Amino acid sequence: MSVINEMRLDFEALPENEAFARLVISGFMLPLDPTMEEMADVKTAVSEAVTNAIVHGYGGGTGFVRLSASYDAAGEMQIRVVDHGRGIDDVARARQPFFTTSPGDDRSGMGFTVMESFMDGLDVESAPGRGTTVCMTKRIRLRDDAVPQRA
Amino acid sequence: MLCYEKKKNALTVRLSGELDHSVVTAIRGELDSLIAQTGAKKLILDLKGLEFMDSSGIGLIIGRYKVMSRRGGSVAVSGTDARIDQLFRMAGIYQLVERLA
Ligand SMILES: Nc1ncnc2c1ncn2[C@@H]1O[C@H](COP(=O)(O)OP(=O)(O)O)[C@@H](O)[C@H]1O
Ligand SMILES: [Mg+2]
Repeated sequence: MSVINEMRLDFEALPENEAFARLVISGFMLPLDPTMEEMADVKTAVSEAVTNAIVHGYGGGTGFVRLSASYDAAGEMQIRVVDHGRGIDDVARARQPFFTTSPGDDRSGMGFTVMESFMDGLDVESAPGRGTTVCMTKRIRLRDDAVPQRA
Repeated sequence: MLCYEKKKNALTVRLSGELDHSVVTAIRGELDSLIAQTGAKKLILDLKGLEFMDSSGIGLIIGRYKVMSRRGGSVAVSGTDARIDQLFRMAGIYQLVERLA
């Protein structure tokens, strides 16, 4: 199915931009007329990925996070969160429930698990020193009268 | 500033707004000083007023569970909606923390 809408946003790796990213993705998906549940799933997953970029990717240092998203006429959303921070050496281990490299800060290690449960697909590409790309898929169930169309 | 109430040994704290990484450090600091000040044996977190929560909330609860356990106390949560429930179950929180109506 071909993409009918697309967005890209670059923002500084600052904690106050976590709420901003959630607001942006909620606004972007509105034409799909999602349920509250679907909207909350996507907001939560984006919050997790963006927080990871800020907290782990840049670790308090400066840098930019890119949030991009698209959807097709069937209501399938693709969301991507990219940082150019420190990267992950063992992605499989990082994705395990409760695994965290910063337990002292009360991080739960549940971020990737949350993304996986709330979305329909999760893919993580990363290498030490090369940053991290998180790709997520979410299928929004379209109501009969609300099929989005490109004008 | 958090809204709280102390009755006997129980400290009830109401959280509101959006609970994410950007606010969790401040909330954690306030909670821990309230726990120390009041000497409460039971911490009840009322989450009814929360509009958003991600895994930062899971970390906050598990962290307070550790703090209260060290003091020989316990933690309970109330006002959890279906979504927060789902997050807590995912992390096995209800094995550590009582869920009140
Ligand atoms: N963007 C990222 N850059 C570097 N490391 C990351 C990134 N995202 C996740 N990680 C690593 O994966 C671990 C698990 O992430 P997550 O499941 O979100 O748990 P938490 O954020 O609570 O530690 C993190 O502790 C960190 O080591
Ligand atoms: Mg995380």
